[in-house]
Amino acid sequence: MLLEIKNLSRRFGGLQAVSDASFSVRQGMIKAVIGPNGAGKTTLFNLISGTLLPSSGAIHFKGQPIHGLPPYRIARLGMARTYQNIKLYPGMTALENVMVGRHCRSRAGFISGMLSLPWTKKEENASRAAALELLALLDIADLAEVEATSLAFGQQRAVEFARALAMEPELLLLDEPAAGLNIYETAEVARLITKINEQGITVLLVEHDMSLVMDISHEIVVLSFGEKIAEGTPSEIQHNKEVIRIYLGEDDA
Amino acid sequence: MTLELFSQYLLAGVTYGIIYAIVGIGFNIIYNTTGIINFAQGEFVMLGGMIAISMHQWLPLPLAIVAAVLLVMLIGALVEILFIRWLDRPSVLRMIIITIGISILVREAALHIWGEGVRSLPYFVGNEITTVRIMGARVSPQVLWVIGVCTVMVLALSLFFKYTLQGKKMQACAANRVAATLCGISTKNMVTLSFMLSAGIGALAGCVMSPITYSQYDIGTGLAIKGFTVAILGGLGSSMAAVAAGLLLGLIESFSVSVVPLAFQDAISISLLLAILFLRPHGLFGNKDAADLKEF
Amino acid sequence: MKRHLPLGLLVLAIIGVQLLTRATDTAFYLTPLTMTAYYSLVIVGLCLLMGYAGQISLGHAGFFAIGGYLSAMLTTKNLVPFKDNSLISLCDELGLLVHGQDMFGSAFTHVQPWAACGCAILVTIVVAYAIGIPVLKLKGHYLAMATLGFGIIVYRLALAFPLFGEADGISDVPGFPLLPGLSVSGDFSSRVSNYYLAWGMVALAMWLLVNLIHSRVGRALKAIHGAEGAANATGINTARYKLNTFVISAVLASVAGIFLTHYNGGIGPSEAGIMKSVRYVAIVAIGGMANLWGALTMGALLNIMSLRGMFGSYDDAVFGAILIVIMLFAPQGLLGISLSATFKRILRRGE
Ligand SMILES: Nc1ncnc2c1ncn2[C@@H]1O[C@H](COP(=O)(O)OP(=O)(O)O)[C@@H](O)[C@H]1O
Ligand SMILES: [Mg+2]
Repeated sequence: MLLEIKNLSRRFGGLQAVSDASFSVRQGMIKAVIGPNGAGKTTLFNLISGTLLPSSGAIHFKGQPIHGLPPYRIARLGMARTYQNIKLYPGMTALENVMVGRHCRSRAGFISGMLSLPWTKKEENASRAAALELLALLDIADLAEVEATSLAFGQQRAVEFARALAMEPELLLLDEPAAGLNIYETAEVARLITKINEQGITVLLVEHDMSLVMDISHEIVVLSFGEKIAEGTPSEIQHNKEVIRIYLGEDDA
Repeated sequence: MTLELFSQYLLAGVTYGIIYAIVGIGFNIIYNTTGIINFAQGEFVMLGGMIAISMHQWLPLPLAIVAAVLLVMLIGALVEILFIRWLDRPSVLRMIIITIGISILVREAALHIWGEGVRSLPYFVGNEITTVRIMGARVSPQVLWVIGVCTVMVLALSLFFKYTLQGKKMQACAANRVAATLCGISTKNMVTLSFMLSAGIGALAGCVMSPITYSQYDIGTGLAIKGFTVAILGGLGSSMAAVAAGLLLGLIESFSVSVVPLAFQDAISISLLLAILFLRPHGLFGNKDAADLKEF
Repeated sequence: MKRHLPLGLLVLAIIGVQLLTRATDTAFYLTPLTMTAYYSLVIVGLCLLMGYAGQISLGHAGFFAIGGYLSAMLTTKNLVPFKDNSLISLCDELGLLVHGQDMFGSAFTHVQPWAACGCAILVTIVVAYAIGIPVLKLKGHYLAMATLGFGIIVYRLALAFPLFGEADGISDVPGFPLLPGLSVSGDFSSRVSNYYLAWGMVALAMWLLVNLIHSRVGRALKAIHGAEGAANATGINTARYKLNTFVISAVLASVAGIFLTHYNGGIGPSEAGIMKSVRYVAIVAIGGMANLWGALTMGALLNIMSLRGMFGSYDDAVFGAILIVIMLFAPQGLLGISLSATFKRILRRGE
């Protein structure tokens, strides 16, 4: 198992945002987490990536416990993420944003950076080339020199996606990658996720767009009020009474 | 330690403590409506004392004090209207620098108006050598004035926030600025009001303390640091806790006089400030989860 | 290389100004210019911390004072009465002490300036780490107050200890012989060499810092400034990066303190005061925060004007006023507005 979550809980004051959730993600798959707004999906991602500490429970990544590790250590183990409300670095170009993603794949430090040693230049050029390549993959190579936070919404999503890919992660967490995109862009995102998955990157995604989720994911976890209420293949989930009830409301079920 | 000495320290601690509490509450009032720490808070106290002293040349003492307090409130309003009001969601860094700039300007203006000399208001009753005996200690009646006036201010403020419409509006701004705006409260006017209020209480404290602690153009910074320590100690934003924290700091300072050399007296409050920032930034009495939600 | 063009201009300006003072017989300007250079070291270091790593420090005069005071104390304290102390004799054997005579002909032993300088820098590094680890966990007002508190403590210590001269500070600090024929001192004869030394150090610091901000580390710092949480989740050890930047800027301030103290022959408590720290912050803000060249330019201009006494008794008031005006109307800094406006004008003409 690449990622294993056991009895994970997180409280905010009196609110149980994630409650005793357990599931795991196998290497190479695309797994989706769905659930109504406020179900605790983003909180779950924050717990996995180390941004939040769990109230109780355990998270193992590549067989190693990661709950309690700071986010940067988890990132270096090979986990990258995107955010529901995009978090790009203001004041930096799209290219620079993606190059920051190369941080854990390069090593020039304070001293070598200050002295501008020859090998750091080589490394810098390699980072730049890799970042440009990713921007090209996402069709935004022409925006490389534009300040990232001034880009259109969909383009910002793409930059954030590229930044995550630049980390060469084994596990990629995508928090609503298609939110705010039109149907063409959504289809493009679906194609892209499948493509990077074929290249061997495991994907865990949160998404509201059911057609996207049902199309591309191998397995689905359903959260409601922080609790896992179902887990299975897309067709199993589509026929799960509990899930239908939650999504369609009690009256229609 | 004799009972007399003990009471002496105790009263000194309470006197200074309640002044720190007033400065701390001044920080809190502005912080609550704006999310800004006003680094110029101590300057209001300095101005109160200084203006009252100048006014006293022409006016009887009570009128001089009233005039000084009103004038400082006006200055507080001006500061807000000129420097704060029209900024659109300024960054914390920007506000820190602006209020520091204001405090420098006020201090330098005071230096040029009143010079470097130490001044003071006359004692409200009697003179330097008049004393009253309390719990075995001989203290100046001015100490009672300080404690009395500051206590009345604290009580009046808590009644104001609890029972008046303006006070409740300010509380609403503190709880949630956006929601308060939506309810039709003019948050901008509330901010001006909060500057006037905290300038006013600072100025009044500056007047009553002037006979015993003296007034000088540069006392603002020291007071601001202590007031900030108190505000943090009590948990930023909560005024009643600031009173407890102020008394605590005042007592620690006065009782440590016998142990800590005078040259290091200032270091006590600053060490306390650093310790509290490092260990419990949400304050002695504050709640961590609640503090995490504040804008920092 | 594009980014080294300003560096070339700086070197030309340094040489040009010296030649100008020689041609116009105004060599007395070299003294304030040299002092300005050392203050500029503090300012560019603080600019890295504030503008790039996004961390305010209202206590940088404290680090300047640690460097200056320690180096002054070690090179002026007569160690003859302690010569039997084992630590002192060990230092002596290591060649870290200088023996000589004072003006009255009695024996005078003090620490060798290089050793004093090394010791001061070492202490600065230790203090910067010790303070930085807890302080840099704080943000916003808390960070500002904590660094301010640190600055005040240093100021109080300088005032409280007879060892540091209390209110008078330390005077009669000897020159600092760097190389044969090059000594950091206020000697009339070495005015030109000291001018070049000071500004040479500024140029070196600028070269290092400009390299740094264009490197992987600089990018990481900007990322931390912009979105700390996201930077951390991208694999950047944000705490360590902030800390290292804090220490670098502290060391720059300390080195400036050491050299300026030897140049002036003394240091007083006002160098450790809050107003000094505020002034450094002001200049960085005026220069445009994330703008090393802006900070250097504004720092040089304002310090020269201030050192020449152009603001008279309104010195602090002028800084306060500039600070407010800039933060109200041009939070991007003075150079920020003019440069971006010029740029836009050029672009518009191009269309
Ligand atoms: N930092 C936080 N502090 C307090 N409550 C939070 C915090 N983050 C999320 N919550 C609450 O936790 C619940 C789950 O939120 P979230 O994980 O964002 O849901 P989802 O992403 O599934 O829409 C919500 O009720 C939200 O208000
Ligand atoms: Mg969410």
